Amino acid sequence: MTNRKTVEVWVGVFVTIGLAALVWLAFRVGNLTTTDVANGYRVEARFENIGSLKVRGAVTLSGVRIGRVVQIHTDPDSYQAVVTLNIDGRYKNLPTDTSASILTAGLLGEQYIGLEPGGSEEYLKEGSRIKLTQPAMVLEKLVGRLLTAFIDKPADDGKKK
Amino acid sequence: MNLPRMNFFGQLGAGTLAAIERLGRMALFLLEVLGHAGAMVKRFSLVIQQLYSVGVFTLPIVLVSGLFVGMVLGLQLYNTLVKFGAAESLGLVLALSLLRELGPVVTALLFAGRAGSALTAEIGLMKATEQLAGMEMMAVNPVMRVIAPRFLAGVIAMPLLAALFSAIGIYGGQMIGVGLLGVDSGAFWSQMQNGVDFHEDIMNGVIKSFVFGVVVTWIAVFEGYDAVPNSEGVSRATNHTVVYSSLAVLGLDFVMTSLMLGEV
Repeated sequence: MTNRKTVEVWVGVFVTIGLAALVWLAFRVGNLTTTDVANGYRVEARFENIGSLKVRGAVTLSGVRIGRVVQIHTDPDSYQAVVTLNIDGRYKNLPTDTSASILTAGLLGEQYIGLEPGGSEEYLKEGSRIKLTQPAMVLEKLVGRLLTAFIDKPADDGKKK
Repeated sequence: MNLPRMNFFGQLGAGTLAAIERLGRMALFLLEVLGHAGAMVKRFSLVIQQLYSVGVFTLPIVLVSGLFVGMVLGLQLYNTLVKFGAAESLGLVLALSLLRELGPVVTALLFAGRAGSALTAEIGLMKATEQLAGMEMMAVNPVMRVIAPRFLAGVIAMPLLAALFSAIGIYGGQMIGVGLLGVDSGAFWSQMQNGVDFHEDIMNGVIKSFVFGVVVTWIAVFEGYDAVPNSEGVSRATNHTVVYSSLAVLGLDFVMTSLMLGEV
């Protein structure tokens, strides 16, 4: 058997680098540092259509992430999607008439919520609702509208002649 | 009763009964080992001794394979992703495949081949040379003195080895992706950090590797302890350890993945 001291040192080294790898994975590869929205407050927004927005999606203000989507469900009475946003406590001064729209990162990227502040003197609080919302643009609907526009046009020209 | 057909049924029945009996013995054996695991806190030096032979000796093979698996993944994924103009997602895909699947599974297979077979051979040989019987004569419980520290060491070592495998794999993929193929380093890491979740991905990988550690070490120590005490029996037991634990790891991986993804 190898010397007891060497064994202990090697096992110590093994356990240390093993744990270090785990910590590295958690902080460098995972988002343990960024998921936590510091003492955030929750607000609610209702959308006609949320597209492919997912829980943990980003909430941004002029392009900077200030929170995350924490819950998505539908309201059985109004058939609207109810999205709960958790916004970082540092951004307490969002006016009550802030508008929320669902945007897409890149052409086909993941969807996120963009906030645009209004001019109200009162601020959003825990539990308040964002009233001005814009639903997600669904690519199929967009293509459909484009196609009908193309088909209608020649027909109109024909009538004029 | 001398008809050959009856003989076939008799053999089938005997084989089934033997297999069930063996499974039962295996379960009871695990309970016995777990019963002694508490006592190991007081004699942790025994576990450290085994961590050295189970963990430290497996370290080089895990590190080298992790590096190469990561590098190959970097090359292969880049070639596919670049067709969709999504080469920046290389970091994310690499990290997810390593953390969720390849890290725990490949490490468990390597662990079964390197540490599991060694455990079986060692314990089997102790039995063949009647060292275990000798311990009993001296009123030392062999399960407590020999099996429990090895079992605990395997269970502790596996998650650490899997974490190291994933970490060095990501590093290897980064070397190829960023260093050789020219993926933007900022996009590589930021996509990875946005897409990898600590609980969903990293902790599930750790849970998987822990379960694999229990299963592989359990099979290894049981095969050794249950081996036919001669040279042929020990060699067969070692063989069984590698085959059974590899199959168990791959099968369990499917079950655990479907449970974790919640698709079933």
